[in-house]
Amino acid sequence: MKLKVDNIAFRYDEEPLFKGLSFDVEAGEFVSILGPSGCGKSTVLNLLAGILTPEGGSMLVDGAPIKGMSSHFAYMPQNDLLFPWKTILQNVCLHGRLHGTEKAAQARARELFGLFGLAGYEDAWPSDLSGGMRQRAAFLRTALCDADILLLDEPFGALDVISRGDMQDWLVSMKQHLGRTCLLVTHDIDEAIFLSDRILVLGGRPADIRSEYRVVEAHRTRDWLYSQGELRHRLHDSIRGLEARPC
Amino acid sequence: MKKTSRAALPVLAIVALLALWEALVRIMKVPSYVLPAPTAVLSALWKDRAALMQHSSVTVAEALIGMGISLVCALALGMLMDVSEKVKAIVYPILVVTQTVPMIVLSPILILYLGFGAAPKILTVVLMCFFPIVVSFADGMAQIDPGYVNLIRTYGGSQLQVYTLVKIPYAMPALFSGLKVAATYSISGAVVGEWVASQAGIGYYLLRVKNSYALDKMFASVLVIILLSLMMNGLITLLQRLCLPHLYRKRKGRK
Repeated sequence: MKLKVDNIAFRYDEEPLFKGLSFDVEAGEFVSILGPSGCGKSTVLNLLAGILTPEGGSMLVDGAPIKGMSSHFAYMPQNDLLFPWKTILQNVCLHGRLHGTEKAAQARARELFGLFGLAGYEDAWPSDLSGGMRQRAAFLRTALCDADILLLDEPFGALDVISRGDMQDWLVSMKQHLGRTCLLVTHDIDEAIFLSDRILVLGGRPADIRSEYRVVEAHRTRDWLYSQGELRHRLHDSIRGLEARPC
Repeated sequence: MKKTSRAALPVLAIVALLALWEALVRIMKVPSYVLPAPTAVLSALWKDRAALMQHSSVTVAEALIGMGISLVCALALGMLMDVSEKVKAIVYPILVVTQTVPMIVLSPILILYLGFGAAPKILTVVLMCFFPIVVSFADGMAQIDPGYVNLIRTYGGSQLQVYTLVKIPYAMPALFSGLKVAATYSISGAVVGEWVASQAGIGYYLLRVKNSYALDKMFASVLVIILLSLMMNGLITLLQRLCLPHLYRKRKGRK
């Protein structure tokens, strides 16, 4: 589904964080938001997820305005937030549990355990899993939400470099299967290039989309990523340039 | 240090202390109305076992009922305190103040109001046990990562589901810590209540043997109180194992 953020205003304190923030995400597109720390990247997702409420402006999904928590979005925070008292299967079926469709969710989840690299861990406790596996479980929980748009808030931010790379490879291989609109917030330039169709750089105060880059369509491999030096350079400059301003 | 030797050390220390006590009493010929030897205490325990069992059952019943009432009230008030900041701001300081009143002062007043039956003893238990349970439960819920709550909310969960699926389960380990403290107090609470006025219970037995200077029986009843308190504590630990299996997990899944 197509997402349109139109003229959003928001503030935590006196100084406005957003004063007319606008951007679009096309249906099925994978868009990343890059930007320096504290520029409001996560706030964008929190506004969309309904955790925060904007002062003004509108958010539209396929042209229809949304207010508060919306079933169009599945939000995935940086922390995996698996419930330690529930098994992995129970954890990933949280959405079904909340809406009385746990049985159906479990049947669907069991089919997907292999794809998410979790086969055999249905009845394990979250503390039995490695960081990467926990994150994949959180991903599966998000994917089972029946939402059309996934909001990913630095989903691999808490992982070590190696697991992080593995997770990125895995997500690239999963993109086709997910087939959903994704909005990713990250501070990792390589991650943004590797995963996205389009990259938005957010910055300034009040923050706005300062630049936008389309990533060429290509078979995404590590070698391909290493050849994207120029794009990497431009993104880096763009973020750095914004960082020089008070943000 | 090996696990077994770690557990054996305190036991050895107690045995050594008891042996020293026994030896001193025997060598110095201390009369039993001043200090009975450990063996004399054990023999008093064995001889009076029927009476001790009967009185213990009364005390344990009071402790269990008191714990049950405390738990139900603590869960209700803990929830109220979590739902409303105002209730918490009003109730919390009052709860702390109530804990500063010595129970031995309060007990006679309760008996004035509630008579000589089980009610004042149960209420004494409640007054001692309620506080640790409610505080641990309320604090456990307050310490939750707000991310969990947001997760449920963004998934379209209701406020009720926030409590049933996240906040209450999250607070369970803290609640059990409070319950363990309360369980250990519960027997003492019942004994204090019985000590003031009663016709049955370990406290009543204790008072009776004290008045006849039967120190061996007094020590025997102290031993019973210790054992019963440990038993209550063990009961809660067992309950925790059943309710929170993930804390005592065995590794499941493929390696």
